[in-house]
Amino acid sequence: MAENSSEMHSPGPIISRREALQATAGAVALAALPLQSAAATSSPAGVSSVMAVSMTVNGRAHTLTVDPRQSILDVLRETLDLPGTKKGCNQGACGACTILVDGKRIVSCLTLASMHDGAEIQTIEGLEKDGELHPLQAAFVEHEGLQCGFCTSGQIMSGLGCIAEGHARSPDEIQFWMSGNICRCGAYPGIVAAVADAAERS
Amino acid sequence: MFPFTLEKAGSTEAAIAAAATGARYIAGGTTLVDLMRDEVERPERLVDINRLPLGGIRLEGEDLVIGALARMAEVAADSDVQRLQPLIAESLIEGASPQLRNMASMGGNMLQRVRCPYFRMLDVGCNKRTPGSGCAAIDGLNAGHAILGTSDHCVATHPSDVAVALVALDAAMRVQGPQGERSFPVEELFRLPGDTPHLEHTLLPGELIVEIRVPGGPYALRARYLKVRDRASYEFALVSAAAALAIEDGVIREARIAAGGVGTRPWRLRACEAALAGRKPDRQAFEEAAQLATEGVRPLHHNAFKVALLPRTIVRALQMAGEVA
Ligand SMILES: Cc1cc2nc3c(=O)[nH]c(=O)nc-3n(C[C@H](O)[C@H](O)[C@H](O)COP(=O)(O)OP(=O)(O)OC[C@H]3O[C@@H](n4cnc5c(N)ncnc54)[C@H](O)[C@@H]3O)c2cc1C
Ligand code: SF4
Ligand code: FES
Ligand code: FES
Repeated sequence: MAENSSEMHSPGPIISRREALQATAGAVALAALPLQSAAATSSPAGVSSVMAVSMTVNGRAHTLTVDPRQSILDVLRETLDLPGTKKGCNQGACGACTILVDGKRIVSCLTLASMHDGAEIQTIEGLEKDGELHPLQAAFVEHEGLQCGFCTSGQIMSGLGCIAEGHARSPDEIQFWMSGNICRCGAYPGIVAAVADAAERS
Repeated sequence: MFPFTLEKAGSTEAAIAAAATGARYIAGGTTLVDLMRDEVERPERLVDINRLPLGGIRLEGEDLVIGALARMAEVAADSDVQRLQPLIAESLIEGASPQLRNMASMGGNMLQRVRCPYFRMLDVGCNKRTPGSGCAAIDGLNAGHAILGTSDHCVATHPSDVAVALVALDAAMRVQGPQGERSFPVEELFRLPGDTPHLEHTLLPGELIVEIRVPGGPYALRARYLKVRDRASYEFALVSAAAALAIEDGVIREARIAAGGVGTRPWRLRACEAALAGRKPDRQAFEEAAQLATEGVRPLHHNAFKVALLPRTIVRALQMAGEVA
């Protein structure tokens, strides 16, 4: 998949951990693959077709060529180099991949990029403005709405949706309407407090 | 995921023509993309129906008409739905998560596939996935499986919540296909597994769900959906019950009851309904009626608890419905 972004992403001089992982992942995966499973019923690697998709991500327009199988999650992480959106279950069950599409919270792992030509997407990377955290991000820090942090970007994007929908009027209501976001560290009290605090201030 | 091509239908006719020649409809994708990634579903062609004019919710006389592409969240939040058919709103809110409800369509919800874990495990037998390969659930972990409507070939429950409410409320479905248009009760969409569990619904090849029509009724406002599950929210039902009561002069005139989590399809309980007609809405009447729900149950190794939980859930749902002011 090729990217034809209206802005160039110039790779920095320092190779990040992620880039190093990306560079070696292919080789490692191949080496680790038992011979047998290569012949088993796994998907043919061949690309069936490609499609052109335009999407705006955090205010920036992109025109991309995607394989119809690619989720928005994979396009964000692999093509647009926006790894803030996390892949937890890849089955719609954990909420780690939550983003806003046309203002609504959805799980990006079950959303095919090829079906969302023209979509307006917001991810965690777009929340900070001029070096200032978004009030909901600041509330997560203040109320310790996290431990390991893996679920946090999904929690925050879901929290934005929850507040915008008007479903953040009490701790009970927040718990129910944030239940699509699982936190394995159990940081729920802080998460609920952060969403409640940000909702009150908004 | 196996490769496929994606077509975007610009009209209902174009979508049906594509489906008539082998393409699968895709709406929210929350069932289909998930199962394609697991390689349980392997369509070679998808037709995206999201641009078709099948959204929205409208009133026609006493009937509430819900477009097949209306999203679960949108239907649950609709003021007419909340005002006239609160059972539908409640059953929707109790299903999936806010994110999934923003994506999932009402048509897709009817056709969502089972959550039996073995259905997704390509290396074990599953008659629904691979006809004739056996059923790993019957001797496997089956606490979540059905006690009603099962066969020796499949024991998976139908997972939808809102379908339980729609079946209780005598909703009808309008479909359009290569042979034209027809309407039938939502209840008739779902097949029992019998010895063909891979055939789940009664749609003809290429048929597209267009809308769901919910008739008004004297019981519609005194109606509740109770979902019992392993955690307080965002989990499929162990047992659920939709209960609606028409009460006049302190006597039940008509009742509507259906259960989820127990049947191989959304399970309407007409015997329980009949037993309530003419009775006072009290605990004794509810308990006597609820006992009739378990007629013909076939519990498995791990799900016999549902035989006790089903009548209790019905009693509680009836009490909740009776308490609606
Ligand atoms: C983690 C998770 C938890 C969930 N929890 C619940 C729950 O608690 N309760 C509940 O009820 N559901 C639950 N669901 C299921 C969810 O509600 C369904 O996946 C959703 O409703 C399917 O709708 P969709 O538009 O995404 O369908 P799609 O995935 O697009 O389609 C599903 C099927 O329907 C067909 N189809 C779609 N639209 C039409 C149409 N108009 N005419 C004909 N065929 C059509 C497709 O070809 C496909 O076979 C859960 C799902 C997930 C992933
Ligand atoms: S219960 Fe049905 S879906 Fe589950 S393994 Fe048996 S045949 Fe397959
Ligand atoms: S990664 Fe999308 S919901 Fe878990
Ligand atoms: S902070 Fe660790 S999973 Fe939520």
